[in-house]
Parts: sequence; structure tokens; C-alpha cells
Amino acid sequence: MIKQIDALALFITDKILRFRWWVVAATLAMVVLAAAGGRFIEFSNNYRVFFGKDNPELIAFEDFQANYTKNDNILIVVKPKDGKIFTQDTATAVEDITKQAWNIPYAIRVDSVSNFQYSWANGDDLTVEDLLRNSAGLSQETLDKKEQIALAEPLLKGNLISDNASTTGINVTLQYPEKSITEVPEAVGMARMIVTDIKSRYPDLKIALTGVAMMNNTFAESAIKDLSTLIPVMYLMLILVMIFALRSISGTVVTLFIVGFSSLTAMGIAGYAGIDLTPISATAPTIILTLAIADSIHILVILRKLLLQGMDKITAIKESIRINAIPVTVTSLTTIIGFLGLNFSDTPPFHDLGNITAIGIAAAWFYSMTFLPAAVSILPFKVNQDNIGKKSRIHYVISRYADFVALNYKPIGVVMGTLAIFASFMVTKIELNDEWVKYFDHRIEFRNDAEFAMEHLTGIYQIEYSIPGGGEGSINNIEYLTHLDKFTDWLKNQKEVRHVFSYSDIIKRLNKNMHGDDPAWYRMPDSRNLAAQYLLLYELSLPFGLDLNDRISVDKSASRVTVSLPEISTKKVRQFIDRSKTWLAVNAPAYMANEPTGSTVMFSHISERNIKSMIKGNAVALALIAIVLIVSLGSFRLGMLSLIPNTLPILITFGIWAMLVGTVGMAAATVTSTSLGIVVDDTVHFLAKYLRARKEMGMDPPGAIKYAFETVGQAIIATTLILGIGFAILATSTFLINSQMGLLTAMTIIVAFIFDFTLLPVILLMGTTRKGGVYEPAKAY
Amino acid sequence: MNPQKHIKKIMTITAASLLFSFISITGANTPAEKGFDVAARSDRSDRGFSDSVVQLKMVMRNKAGKQTQRSLLISTLEVPDETLGDRSLIVFDSPADISGTALLSHVKILDPDDQWLYLPGLKRIKRISSVNKSGPFVGSEFAFEDFTALELKKYTYKYLGEKDLNGIMCDMVERYPRYEYSGYTKQVSWIDQQVFQVRKVDFYDRKGDLLKTLILDDYKSYNSGFWRSHTMKMVNHQTGKSTDLLYGDYLFKKGLSKNDFSKSALKRIR
Repeated sequence: MIKQIDALALFITDKILRFRWWVVAATLAMVVLAAAGGRFIEFSNNYRVFFGKDNPELIAFEDFQANYTKNDNILIVVKPKDGKIFTQDTATAVEDITKQAWNIPYAIRVDSVSNFQYSWANGDDLTVEDLLRNSAGLSQETLDKKEQIALAEPLLKGNLISDNASTTGINVTLQYPEKSITEVPEAVGMARMIVTDIKSRYPDLKIALTGVAMMNNTFAESAIKDLSTLIPVMYLMLILVMIFALRSISGTVVTLFIVGFSSLTAMGIAGYAGIDLTPISATAPTIILTLAIADSIHILVILRKLLLQGMDKITAIKESIRINAIPVTVTSLTTIIGFLGLNFSDTPPFHDLGNITAIGIAAAWFYSMTFLPAAVSILPFKVNQDNIGKKSRIHYVISRYADFVALNYKPIGVVMGTLAIFASFMVTKIELNDEWVKYFDHRIEFRNDAEFAMEHLTGIYQIEYSIPGGGEGSINNIEYLTHLDKFTDWLKNQKEVRHVFSYSDIIKRLNKNMHGDDPAWYRMPDSRNLAAQYLLLYELSLPFGLDLNDRISVDKSASRVTVSLPEISTKKVRQFIDRSKTWLAVNAPAYMANEPTGSTVMFSHISERNIKSMIKGNAVALALIAIVLIVSLGSFRLGMLSLIPNTLPILITFGIWAMLVGTVGMAAATVTSTSLGIVVDDTVHFLAKYLRARKEMGMDPPGAIKYAFETVGQAIIATTLILGIGFAILATSTFLINSQMGLLTAMTIIVAFIFDFTLLPVILLMGTTRKGGVYEPAKAY
Repeated sequence: MNPQKHIKKIMTITAASLLFSFISITGANTPAEKGFDVAARSDRSDRGFSDSVVQLKMVMRNKAGKQTQRSLLISTLEVPDETLGDRSLIVFDSPADISGTALLSHVKILDPDDQWLYLPGLKRIKRISSVNKSGPFVGSEFAFEDFTALELKKYTYKYLGEKDLNGIMCDMVERYPRYEYSGYTKQVSWIDQQVFQVRKVDFYDRKGDLLKTLILDDYKSYNSGFWRSHTMKMVNHQTGKSTDLLYGDYLFKKGLSKNDFSKSALKRIR
């Protein structure tokens, strides 16, 4: 079969070289047409895209939000220099921000210490009013009293006012029509304008913007930032490595064209397909640049080698394509399979990343087989005449190394095997963590602002409980209210918890108000009817936008408890949730049990969900790659054996990661499939040459190993260098998932390189010694 | 503004517009005057109903489609002076836990309403002091002022033009709340040109975005001339929640007096 493919490659290359100008023109036309799709590309700004439509946590949260309100928000955190909120100046600023915040697009609610609906009694008169109004005209004495009220109010303290009243928050609830991708940036843009305006008039205020809407907007900002910083660095790196590996300006230029074309083609098609970029899928061009280069390098390195042997250019081009047609096709195929495996992920942006990259690799393969020979034949491509017939120093080193491996394969096998077992054992120690604030590094403003909010005001990781009361109107039952109150108290006493927002605190205050503000009545009402009537009274007196519809379900069958947690690992979040569920199960009536929900809950499961979904994806990718290897190598034994030096590096990488870093986010699950597709390439190139030597030249295994080392060793080193550096550059992404993915892949590539140079020959040799063969280095020359 | 002057001004406007509406609507020259005249003609078509009693069912729905009902009895006393609002007494009937709870309101035009609530569970009357008028009425999508009688002087107006609404030719009038603490920036009302009743109202929130739409349907005429809608549907476009008000038959001229709408009358409810 190899012969037929070789003949086909020769035939096609022959035609390409004859119509080389046409090929170049056709390629350019194709790229322009495809790249035109790039104008449709938009950047997604909704964290929900990280969750598949069938994600159970997402479904639960959507259901929760349909019963209350969607709670995307912007939290404006305000801290004056003098550390006192309740002064004429700062209180006026808070009123000002509160008023302006109503103008933020899609705002349906604004909560602050100033518009907090404070209820108080004077005999049988109940007053419900803004806690702060016209603060500029209030005396410091009055303001101090208001501060006391705010700090005594469980709904405010630790939520919208810090425990020492030095920092306050204005929370804006947003409800998007979800019709346009510009909704989030519109809201954020207005919030930023308000902040700029307030800062100019109140220069002593430090203001930070956080909340879900800010995070959502940051996804797009982070993706754009990555694209504009990583890609230029990537190109620079490519040029340097290629000049070093190819020693040819023409070769470098052609390769640059090919990677550029591939990436343009892939992004253009993504645009036509209507894919919205996330920080994850926005890494596709960077990854394509890294991967697309390998095909060209293999073809050009061999071309140079052939020219050095004195072959003429056209013959050398044809011969290089003939030799590389199978390995380049097979390696592209395995990499494509690896990336397509991402479609099994539970997180849709990974599907996009996989599909865009797969398109890019396919394009790179196509351009390398067509445009590359055409362009190279047009451009000058010469080697130094003095070097013809000489072997390079690298060649010499590689050849000596091949001898070394052949003589010492047993100890090498033992060392690598032990390392692999130890590292795989360490893998179990990895802890999964997805704190979404930490998804962004400190170059991103949101990370700093969110940390500022958590340090000075409240926890921004929220867990939502919808506590059912068992039927319509049941939240007025005294049994329900009493247990809700106990649950609220229990929550408040947990060390992780910064704030609890619960209806029980409202009804207790109302009961007190109904009894002339007597503190002794700060407890649950005596009967269901009273509770229902107090609630009715309170609802009648609330202003526009500050109603209880977002805390109590419409049929009064459930109420909502919101718990705010500070910086906390997802593992601790899960433990906390389990504890809270156990408490409810043991201490409250059975009808009150419910699963908590919210973005924090969703992210706390995202890694496990991804790992679970990707187990299948990895298995499918592995099986397909094995089939490709078996078919292309024409040997079941070699195909299966070659999986060993390729799967072990992934295991070892995670082992090293467990020791050095310890935690990993949702990137973890996806690295396996993609890096397998990438690292298997070196093995394919090596084995292809090994088999050619065995079959075409009739060499024995040690001789064939040496031949393989000598022919592809240099190209493997060059591609490893490029891939390693390429993914290391990805590791500098502002988005943690990308940098973890980049670093893990880079490590896997390097470990796999070591394995290809050690374990792979050892495996090949082990097969021969069993038959009693003895290796003599001299034979190979 | 000086309240004396204020009232004087309102009286002048009232007198002037009364005169105008007798002559012809088309006599008005500016959009503001014409808008006022259309609204006034609608409001005044109801003049002289003196008092009414009606049973009402309120059906509230959230975005998830979950729904709940309450039923109540509304008595209204007409206060002919347009500078004062009507008086109303709402007695809740169901759900059972609020049965017998009664809300007495003396509507004010530009000041907070006077409101008292009788709580049967506490056997006491509580006076509610709050500047809030456009908050949701008992958790529904209606604010109290959205479904009680239109008070002409609560708004300034602008005539927008005429348009067909499901086969009924309507005048479109934009109205702007004059009350300082209103949650709305404007409302667009559709008033039919035959019997001068409000058929539809769009409510705009503080940032000027469409918030809610009210459709008033099933109009019936009582005592040859008093038109009442028997189905009001309010949809909140931002939250996806909605509330329907389903009215029973109205009873008019029951001979109710100010006495029946006083704080002392609240106690007699039970």
C-alpha cells in the first residue's frame, strides 16, 4: 500500500510543480475567501457558555432563576480614604451612585445602604423609607445613628456594608433580554462611565467593579487581550526557531505563509459557522500556529538533507514529499482526532477550540502538500555548496546517541518504567479547583477588583438555596419560618460564610415593628395568619424595583436564601454544600430539603463533569489514533506498542503537576485527548522511517533505529522545540484555563520527546532480543 | 412649590380644560394640551359614578409558569374634586391566611397616599407611612396606582397621534408622572375614540426602557355610560412575569359615603 500512496504523492506533486503559479494563485484565492468569514467572529460574554445545555447544574440554576429572577449583577464597591461611609460626602456619593445605577442598561433593581427600605414603628404607625435620603443635609449625629441601624441590620452587614462600616456596595441586578451580544458590554460601559463621573467629583473614593456581569465582560476582554499579545510573540518565536532549524529564508517565509493561511482559514470558517469566541476557543489561532508548522518543517528538513546529498531541487522536492506524504498525513490525522475528541467535553467552548483547531490542522496539511512544493520551487532554495556530502554536528551527536541507546536499552527501560509508575501514583493527589475569580490573572482588572471586594466588603462566591415550604402560601407557616431561621443561624455560624440573606430576618424585623419596635418581639410571629398579614403589609409599602419577588416565589411556596462565601476552593465549596444539606436533612422537616444552586455551585462541579465526559472522549480518541497507527504502520504490534511511549508522558506530566502545583481546573480533562494527538506525531515519524529502513533497505532493528534517528531526529528536535515553546507561550495567557492547558501540553510534549528517544527504541529492541538477536554497533554503518 | 399657588394653578388649568373639552378636542393647539384633553375626556366619561363595589380575582404568574391567585373586594368612592384622589377600600378574601385583611387608601395626587391596613390576626389598624406608590401590589405586576381609577392630575401629557389597535381607532397619549417618587418615567396610553376608554398602557422604567404592558379588555357599560374593563392583563417584559385581573360584575351607587371609607370604618369590616 505504501508504494501506491508514494506513487500517488509523486503524481500529484508532479502536477503541482508543473502548474505551480496556478497553485499559488488558487491557494491565495482560497485563503481570502475563507478568511472573509472572520468578520462574523464575535466574543462571547456569558459564563453560561461554559456549561452544556444538558448540564444538570445549569438546568437547576435556570429553573431557580425562572422562579425568582436572573441574578447577573454588577457590584460597585466604594471605599473612602477616611474609612467612613456615613459621612455627608460619602453618603451623598452613595445616593448619587444608587440613583445613576438605575440608568445602567438592563438594570431591574439597585440595592444600596441608601435605598435600603428601613422599616420602623411609632405606635401603630409603620414607616418604610430609604435609610439615607438627602444625606448632604443630615447632621453627623443623624448619620452615626443611620450607621448603627445599618450595622444592626442582618441584610446589610457583611453584604452591602462592611463590618466596620468602612466599605459599602451598590448592587445592580441586571436582566438581559438576551437578544444581542452587546448587552453585557453596554451595561458594563455605563457602569464604568458612572464610576468615572463619581471619581471625578469624589476623588477620595476608591471604587471597584465586580459581580457576574463584570466577570462575563472580562471573558471577552481576556480573550481579546490574549489574541493581541500571544499571537505576535508566537510569530516571532516561529521565525527564530525556523531560521535555526531550516537555515533558509525562503523556507521560513513559505512556512510562515502556511501557518498564517491555516490560521486564517480556520478562523474564517469559524466565523461562517457563527462560533462566538471564548477565552478558551480564542487560543485556537495560537495553537494552530504551533501545530501547522510541523508539516512544513518535516518536508523542508528532508528537502535540505536531500539537497545536501547533491540532489537537484525539483527531484529533491518530489522525493521529500514522497517520503513525508504518509507520516505528514498520519500525524495530521492523529492531531485532528485528538482535537475533535474535545467534542465530548461538557464545556462547549472546548468543542469550538477542538473544531477550529482541527480545521486549522487540516488546512495546514493541505497547504503543506500543495502550496509548499509550488512555492519552494519558485523561491530560491539553496544549500551551502561546501556542506554537500558532509554531515552536520547534530547529525553526528544523534548518531552517537542512537548507539548509546542500543547498547543500554535495558537500564533505560527500567529507569523510565520506574519513573512512570511513581508519577502515575502521584496523579491521584491532584486536587480539582475552579475558583472563577482566579481564572483571570492580575493583569486583568476584574481579578484585582474582585479581590478588593472580598478583602474589604463581602464574599462574591454565592450559593443560592430555594427552600420549599411544601405548598402554596407555606412560607408563612410557623414551622417553616422557625426552621428557616435556625438554618439561617447555622449558616451564619459557619466559618466560611461571610453573609446570609434570608427572608427570616425580614419577618422578624416586621414582627418587632408590629409591636412598637419592642426588641423582645424580634422573633417569629405567633401564627401563620400573622406572618402572612405582616408580609402583605410589608409588600404594600415597598417601592418600585425593591419588591420581594426575587426572594419569595410567586405562590409563596418557597423562599430564597443566599450565602456569600469569600475566596474558597471548589473542594471546600462542595464540602460546605454537603454539610448544609446534611444539616437540613437532620434538623428541618423533609419538605425543606433542596439542592443549592448558582454559578459557584456550577463551577464547583465543572471539572468533574469535564473529566467524566472526557473519559469517553479520550477513549474514543485513543482507539481511533491506535487504528490510524496500526493501519499506517501496517503492523498491529507496532501500532499498539507505539501507544505506550505516548500515553505514559501524559500520566507522568500530571504526576509532576501534582507534585509541583497540586491543583488544576477544568483544563485538566481536555489535555489528554489533544496532547495525545500531538505527541504521537514524533512516534509516527520515527516509526515510518524505521519501517522504511526495515522494508525498503532491509536493515535489522538496531540499524533501522539508527537510520530513523538520523533521518528524523533533527526534525523531531525542531518540532518539539516549537511545540514546547508554542504551548509555553500559551501558558502566559491571562486566562488560567489556557495557561494550565498550555503548560500541561508543553510538559507532555517534552516528556514524550524524552520517551521517544528512550522508551520507544527500547520497546522496538526488546522485541528483537527475545528472538536472541545481538546488536553490534558496527553493523549500522 | 408653594402649595397655595400650586392648587391655584391646578384650579386654573382645570377650569380652562373643562371649558375646552366642552367645545372640542380639536380646538387644542399644542400636543401637551391635546394630550391632556384626550385624557380628560376619558376620565370625565366616568364622572358621576359616585361609588362602586366589585369582586376581583388576581392571577399571578412567574416566568416558570407557576401561578397563584388571590381574591379581593374593592369598594371605591368617587371624589369629584380633581385635585383630590378617590378613596378605596380593599378587603382580601383569599388565600385564607390573609382573609379579612383590609386596606383603606385615600389617594393623593402629588403627595404620598394615606393608607391604613387592618390586620385581623393582630386585631389592629396600622397606618402605613411610605412615599412609595409604584411598588408591586401584593407581589403582583400591578402597582396600586396601575389598576385603581385614573387620576387626571397625576400626569402631564403629550398627544402622539391616532392608531388602530385590533380594529379600534385609538388616540395615543404619552403621560409623564408628576409624583417625585414614581418608578416610571413615562406611560403611553391608548384611548379609544368611541367610548374614550383606556385600552392599553405601556409603562417605561427609570432608564426609559419598556417595562410592562397593560391590556384592558372586556369593557362593559353600566348604567348607560360607566365603562369598566373586566379583564386586565399586565406583562412585565423584563422579568417575564405577568398578572391578570379578572373582575366580576360591578355594583354602582350603593350609597356609600366618606364614613364607609374612614379609619373607624376599617374596624367594622370584620
